[in-house]
Amino acid sequence: MSALIALIQRDLRISWRLGGGGLLGVLFFLSVVVLMPFALGPDVPLLKRIGPAVLWLGAMLASLLTLDRLFTADQDDGSLDLLLMSPVPLELSCLAKGAAHWLATGLPLIVATPLLGVLLNLEPGTSMSVALTLLAGTPALTFTGMIGAALAVTMRRGGLLLAVLVLPLSIPVLIFGVAASNAAITEQGRFGAPFSILCALTLAGFIIGPLAAAASLRQGLD
Amino acid sequence: MGLFGRDISCTRGGRAVFTGVSFDVAAGEALAITGANGAGKSSLLRILAGLLPLVGGRIDYEESAPELTLAEQAHYLGHRDPFKPALSARENLAFWQQYLGSPAMNIEQALMSVGLGAIGHLPAGFLSAGQKRRLSIARLIAVERPIWLLDEPATALDAAGQSAFIAIMQSHLDSGGLIAAATHVPLGIATRELRLGARA
Repeated sequence: MSALIALIQRDLRISWRLGGGGLLGVLFFLSVVVLMPFALGPDVPLLKRIGPAVLWLGAMLASLLTLDRLFTADQDDGSLDLLLMSPVPLELSCLAKGAAHWLATGLPLIVATPLLGVLLNLEPGTSMSVALTLLAGTPALTFTGMIGAALAVTMRRGGLLLAVLVLPLSIPVLIFGVAASNAAITEQGRFGAPFSILCALTLAGFIIGPLAAAASLRQGLD
Repeated sequence: MGLFGRDISCTRGGRAVFTGVSFDVAAGEALAITGANGAGKSSLLRILAGLLPLVGGRIDYEESAPELTLAEQAHYLGHRDPFKPALSARENLAFWQQYLGSPAMNIEQALMSVGLGAIGHLPAGFLSAGQKRRLSIARLIAVERPIWLLDEPATALDAAGQSAFIAIMQSHLDSGGLIAAATHVPLGIATRELRLGARA
């Protein structure tokens, strides 16, 4: 257990220090969302209608941006060899790395969402609902993306491949995340059903992501 | 304790690198794996560390903790030094000690004994190749492992670093440890030699 906490602490420290990816994801998210009203013009009803979709797409691309370094950084300096040899099960190490990735890149997006909701003309209450759907859904993005990140280790320059592999896996999360957010904003349709499915996707991701990533890392030994 | 290889063969990219390699190393002994470039020294070490699949032959080991795999009881020192440039030398070492478990020595002592006591606060990104290698050696002594698998361990070390490293290896052997090292230069300790590539 202390080994996993040490791993989470290390990854968090790295991502928040100079050259880490933590801030990069948040800044990317901010710029995507801030640019959107300028591109679309001050059409208030339109912004309100597409607001949740913009927030969700921004969050998805931001998490993808930092995912490709999840395992390749450890591969490059040989840390991955030691992770593979350690008495700590590789699945749990993957879980810890995923948790650290989400804490460093997912959580700040959620904290920033109520603020960005103002730019998209969302009521404070509905901004909070969108933030809630992101809280429930972004872990699923990290943990499904982890599978692609582990596959990218075996191929040099797998960054682009990662996007191709991971984006289709993220579609269900996107559909139900935006559906739940829309339900909260327009007050038409039900919030509960898509939100529950979103939670279910995240829970499934917690299990499938680390198992598949560990299997892929073991397979990719060379 | 001992490590025994029987008829180990290795295939990389469909090409047989070596076949029929056998060796015995007992506790307190060191094995120097020598051979030309490409003879498969590093591959043999990676097979022993469980980082490459064992294609043919078998590896046996007798040890004090039978519930652990060979990899879990071994240190692997590869070509790359697994330290994050953004973290200080001390933080890097402390992480590996916490993560790998079974601490053998406190961090400060380990840094002192490889001559990095004064620069433990520096980010690892600022360390030279030789200093990084010293930090890797500090990991060997900060974490308790009976088997050391070393791949060109003395690379980039200066004369003082090499003699300190020889003393560290010797004390590991004296305490009943075991070393297998791929090397081109004499290690400075008494070794058995396993020559790859010379028709075995």
